[in-house]
Amino acid sequence: MTVPTPHRAGWRQPYAWIVWGGVAFFLLNLAALILSVLVNSFAVNWFGTWLPSALTTAWYADAWQEFGLADVLQVTLLVALAVVGLALLLGVPAAYALARRDFAGKRLVMLLLLLPVLLPPITYGIPLATVLYKFHLAGTMFGVIAANLVPALPFVVLVMTPFIEQIDTNIESAARMCGARTRQVFARVLVPLLIPGILAAGILVLVRTVAMFELTFLVSGPDSQTLIVALYSAAFTPGIRAAQAIDAMAVVYTLLSSALLVLALMFVNPTQIVAQVKEVTPE
Amino acid sequence: MATAQPATLVLRHRLAERGIDRVLLLLIPAVLVLLALFLYPMLYGVGLSLQPRAGGGMLANYQAFFLDSYQSGTIWKTMRLALPAALINVGAAVPIAYRLRGRFRGRRLLTAILVLPVTLGTVLVADGLLRYLGPKGWFNRVLLDLGIVDEPVRLIYNYWGVLFSLLITGFPFAFLLVLSYMSGIDPTLERAAATLGAGPWQRVRHITLPLLAPGLATTFILAFVLAFSVFPSANLVGEPANETRVMAIAAYQAAFEKYDYSMAATIAVLMGVFELLVIALVLLWRGRFYTGTTGGKGS
Repeated sequence: MTVPTPHRAGWRQPYAWIVWGGVAFFLLNLAALILSVLVNSFAVNWFGTWLPSALTTAWYADAWQEFGLADVLQVTLLVALAVVGLALLLGVPAAYALARRDFAGKRLVMLLLLLPVLLPPITYGIPLATVLYKFHLAGTMFGVIAANLVPALPFVVLVMTPFIEQIDTNIESAARMCGARTRQVFARVLVPLLIPGILAAGILVLVRTVAMFELTFLVSGPDSQTLIVALYSAAFTPGIRAAQAIDAMAVVYTLLSSALLVLALMFVNPTQIVAQVKEVTPE
Repeated sequence: MATAQPATLVLRHRLAERGIDRVLLLLIPAVLVLLALFLYPMLYGVGLSLQPRAGGGMLANYQAFFLDSYQSGTIWKTMRLALPAALINVGAAVPIAYRLRGRFRGRRLLTAILVLPVTLGTVLVADGLLRYLGPKGWFNRVLLDLGIVDEPVRLIYNYWGVLFSLLITGFPFAFLLVLSYMSGIDPTLERAAATLGAGPWQRVRHITLPLLAPGLATTFILAFVLAFSVFPSANLVGEPANETRVMAIAAYQAAFEKYDYSMAATIAVLMGVFELLVIALVLLWRGRFYTGTTGGKGS
């Protein structure tokens, strides 16, 4: 079984060099960009030189205390986990119904699911914030979780539907023949088969919720800020906080969210998120 | 009792034939949540936009928006950022994903590296751009030392800073989607074309691209949606008072600086309308292109 190696042939083409050159240029600049934030977060001060004159870790301690980072991180995780839990709990059964049944009005339901994914968050975020303010829910954890659920729930449904469509209906029929009720079919047959999909959807929602700026920004109050909102507020009011402390916080944010992504990549093959494709077996 | 049961059974069977049975109950919680948290606020927002704070007719807010060039100019400013950003992201993702479609050592690692910028977050990217591309930043230092430019290039606090930030945060998404669609294309098709004597470029042009086109349209839509709601970066690395005053900023200012929720809802509605307009055009193009050239082969 020798696999024809496409890349070896690729290296001889000038076109391939252009592509890889472009990728290298992009990554080089990106690395420099990240490095400049990283260096600055350790710098005592850094003005107009290649590198700062002295390094310190004091800004991290500073950021931790001044921003109340412990509280913010706690809120972030709480919000993200609540959104993931609710979105999965509501979304997986809905995806099942959509995958298995054709019914009048299915297109309407699909539209209702697609719109929150397609519309920019600000578009429904502002009316939603207005409504939440009206019911005195804005600024609470409940409000933040509710707002983040709006894009998360359709996302779970859309990701899960193809996963469910792949499961042979005969398996379910067999379970029912053996006397399993709907609840048992779900608990004993479907959920175990769907674990990869559920993990994929859950982790992606987690990453998205941690990164969701607009909605949280519009509905959160001082006690219900997630990390990214706290970070933005600090960065947008320069002069109040030291730039290095803001950078330190940005580094903490990036570490948190890349840890989540690496976790996600361990469970999900990134190319299978949209379309469920079987890996091509080498012939 | 004895007669009622068969009747309900018959009804149940009839409904089941049309796909309506108890499985659909599973759909209800999700739909209710979306109705309450999405549709109701949206409709409330539309209603609010038709009740101007300053009085006037129902459409007074919309008139005010289009008559004030400082407000209506935001449409063009948003499009000017979002369209090129989405186009460049999708356009750059195609050749890279094409190179990465086969199996080779390091493929997974390279994919992970290209996807990782997703985690950077707008603030770190904005901060990084300010430091790296700033007049004293490494980028300008290299250019100055190499003698390419005489004075620092101005790349932040203007259009370019925001565009770069959109490219960095948007590219991983576009790349991931394109790679996914690319892996969905049966490689034997390309090999078959090669057997029939098609060169590399012909294979790309006549096999891969047509099959990829619907996926590219979808990717473009999602990349455009992502870029359309530029808000943090337009404020942080852009010139939010002028050159990068996008619709999101106008809506935010109306709501939380002028406390004119009616106007804010108007701008939010218009934002949705203009975005959906672009999406509709792309979908229209997608439909024509797909059926027109590849007829039959499912995606």
